[in-house]
Amino acid sequence: MRQDHLISAANLSRESIEAVLDRAAAIDADPAAYRQRHAGAVLALCFFEPSTRTKMSFDTAMKRLGGTTVDMGTVESSSVKKGETLADTVRVVEGYADAIVLRHPSEGAAKMASEFVDVPLVNAGDGAGQHPSQTLLDLYTIRERAGLDDLSVGIMGDLKYGRTVHSLAHALTNFDVRQHFISPESLRLPRNVRFDLHESGAQVREHTDLDAVLPELDVLYVTRIQRERFPDENEYHAIAGEYRIDEETLDAARDDLSVMHPLPRVDEIAPEVDDTEYARYFEQAHNGVPVRMALLDELLTQAEAER
Amino acid sequence: MSDHELRVSKIRNGTVIDHVAAGQALNVLAILGIDGSEGEGVSIGMNVPSDRLGRKDVVKVEDRELSQSEVEVLSLIAPEASINIIRDYDVVEKSRVDRPDTVTGLLSCPNRNCITNDNEPIASKFGVVADGVRCAYCGDIVRDDIAAHLDVQS
Repeated sequence: MRQDHLISAANLSRESIEAVLDRAAAIDADPAAYRQRHAGAVLALCFFEPSTRTKMSFDTAMKRLGGTTVDMGTVESSSVKKGETLADTVRVVEGYADAIVLRHPSEGAAKMASEFVDVPLVNAGDGAGQHPSQTLLDLYTIRERAGLDDLSVGIMGDLKYGRTVHSLAHALTNFDVRQHFISPESLRLPRNVRFDLHESGAQVREHTDLDAVLPELDVLYVTRIQRERFPDENEYHAIAGEYRIDEETLDAARDDLSVMHPLPRVDEIAPEVDDTEYARYFEQAHNGVPVRMALLDELLTQAEAER
Repeated sequence: MSDHELRVSKIRNGTVIDHVAAGQALNVLAILGIDGSEGEGVSIGMNVPSDRLGRKDVVKVEDRELSQSEVEVLSLIAPEASINIIRDYDVVEKSRVDRPDTVTGLLSCPNRNCITNDNEPIASKFGVVADGVRCAYCGDIVRDDIAAHLDVQS
């Protein structure tokens, strides 16, 4: 599938996902072979919201491909503070760079921005919408241990606002995966994602309790329940406590369960889990570099071919 | 309905939009941008008895024939409507409305956090799905009361 931009995981086919993951595996196996692949190319980092992992791993990925990056900096230090529209910002930035990575607090921001530029644009998070490059590294991490077919994947936490959740759910519909969504009632998947899952014919079940489904899971993908989603502090603590993972919780899990998390975590996974065989989240974060190298390589190579 | 029950008189030339869901007549005018300011005669029947719908609204606009794009947008709030083009008191063309694939600039996205509600130089855009419309930017789905999201003055 031809892919000018990466906006939503809903647009990814199985073939396009596997192409990026295969390329990431090749990079992982021989990173030196890619060291000068995009020498001279410039990647613009436009983050209208804070980021550590996504921004640093895109930065590292571009540099390991031989390129460089330019960083818009914080919103406070940019022209956005003066009232510039996003459409104007990306039109200016495309003159400086060969590709753009964009994070923005509004849903649909990356889709709109992509309509104003000719260089490839990657959605690195649009509000509570999508975060498809995170999904590619999530899938890479899952595939390394268990493949991507005949799996039971549990996704737990803030399913309503979690953009990594939405992208992962969309992408998993391309594979033979039973999806279990575990959350408090108030943080269930949004209607539009449930609509898409239903349309795709995916095997989906929703739960409020992890215990019932944990023993059958190959993967448990945990996300953070944010304090600001609850008007009441006590209610937040009560609910967040119910969706916390520790060694005792995992007694009921299969030995080969992968516990994943897009990070940052607060206290939804106890630190004692870090040293168990279940913990995959740091490895998952590290996979951000080869996967984003593969993604940038694909987008830049295609853009160069079209020039 | 026989002539002696007519609450709205016949028109000589123009368009009759019949079988509009009861209560939607004013939204039909809003969606078409018709407010009488152009001097056209406009008649509205609301909650008129109908064999097909039980109750229906009827809108008659004199000296104005609807374009295809106007008919398409009508389908969103009045999918059962029929359009009658009238010339010299005769119906010269009668058609049902067709649902368009997309609607641009007509509805505002109910998701307040959607980029189309920021101060950006774009029009809203919705894809038409089986039982509603879907924002092309944030993916939000509107099923109920689409007329409440009309981005026009009513």
